[in-house]
Amino acid sequence: MKAIKSTHLRLLLVIMVSGFASGCSSTFEPWVKPYERDNLADPIMSMNRNPVSLAYTHHAYQAREGARGAEGGAGGGCGCN
Amino acid sequence: MVVIKQKTITPSGTVRKLIIRLIIACIIVGLFVWQAFAAVLPQDRSDAMYHSYQGGGMSIDGPSILLRKKIGNHVSVSANYYVDTISGASIDVLATASPYAEERTENSVGVDFLHNKTLMSLNYTTSSENDFEAQSIHFGVSQDFFGDLTTLSLGYSKGNDEVGKTGDESFLELAERQNYQLGVTQVITKNMILGLSVENISDQGYLNNPYRSVRFIDASSARGYRFETEVYPNTRRSNAASITANYYLPYRASVYGEAKVFSDSWGIQANTYKLGYIHTFGDDWIVEMRARHYQQDKADFYQDLYTRSAEFNFRARDKEMSTFNNLSLGLSLTYEFQFSAANFFKKSTINLDFDHVNYNYDDFRNVLVNSTLEGDTSGIAPVGEEPLYQFSANITRFYVSIFY
Repeated sequence: MKAIKSTHLRLLLVIMVSGFASGCSSTFEPWVKPYERDNLADPIMSMNRNPVSLAYTHHAYQAREGARGAEGGAGGGCGCN
Repeated sequence: MVVIKQKTITPSGTVRKLIIRLIIACIIVGLFVWQAFAAVLPQDRSDAMYHSYQGGGMSIDGPSILLRKKIGNHVSVSANYYVDTISGASIDVLATASPYAEERTENSVGVDFLHNKTLMSLNYTTSSENDFEAQSIHFGVSQDFFGDLTTLSLGYSKGNDEVGKTGDESFLELAERQNYQLGVTQVITKNMILGLSVENISDQGYLNNPYRSVRFIDASSARGYRFETEVYPNTRRSNAASITANYYLPYRASVYGEAKVFSDSWGIQANTYKLGYIHTFGDDWIVEMRARHYQQDKADFYQDLYTRSAEFNFRARDKEMSTFNNLSLGLSLTYEFQFSAANFFKKSTINLDFDHVNYNYDDFRNVLVNSTLEGDTSGIAPVGEEPLYQFSANITRFYVSIFY
């Protein structure tokens, strides 16, 4: 069992080393070229196109729910008595 | 007493250490060597917003003003002023007290710094109420990798709360909070972006709400039950992870989705799902429609009704700690004014966001239902069999933004 785990980890290491080595090289060719990013740069593709409204909306939900986090900060306090 | 743990070194342990060192080395190399990619400061803008929350016995509204401006090519500063004017009271408070009115003011200032194309941000926020003071500081860093296709961001926040209680000058409790955030945004195709976000939050100190109570059976009471102060644990650790996807449609529209899971050391488990569609009409109008569903399972120490006073060490009857779900449907309208490129002001927008939310509770009962019968005892529900609570709320935001 231990041998299998160790083999898997070594395999993972080899994959990661090759992945990072290719990533670390300065010849990395992005598969989406800079001139192909017009659509991605459109404000309608942003999750945060209106930060003031988004921060308030997160706060309005978070004050009435148990869950929190993984959505950007929304300030302290609660106003939810 | 000092306990020394003896470590056993195994081959797989060595490999694991090597992997961790390699990842750290690559991140460091990434942060300090690959700096040939674009990172940009946030856009200069100002926003003035009126916000309103109406529902569940509460009415909360007020303004929010954001100012953001670049100074030179490397620094952007921002300031936000926000007010909540609160009147009414939620059912948790109405069961034992009267409606109230108060105000919360939040101020924050921030600075973003672009250094060799690494973006760093620092933010300080204070929040003040007559019975609650909070302050927090946030530090974040983000960097693009792999030809700008991947953005990694790291964040850390620390907050301190001072909790008071109206009518009790001697009441003062403290709490502190730390957040660790990690985010990755990945360009998948020229029309699709994926985002992954994880956050760990830990709290320590007074985590109760001093105005809220739990109820327990007391046959000697006229109602058959009484209330006593809730008691929460004084530590909490939570983890949340979310994945988002945005997809650009060929006719200048987009769809997005988000899924989030959450769990904490109090036993709360939650899921959130969000779907949205953004449509444009000409160059001027942007319309967004969205739906959001949230579901959570209760905290281990939550109960709607305890069998006796001080039944357990920890006890809560906050509806936010119960098992419930909510569904919200929302609509946003944006109208854009484009100015000439030579003008100082480049663009302005007028926006209206509206969401309607329905909350349905599975084990939080409406104890107010009996008090509204006024002498007619035929409809009184037995203790512990009152109807389950539900309510709806409207969240409105109206704001004007100007870009320069």
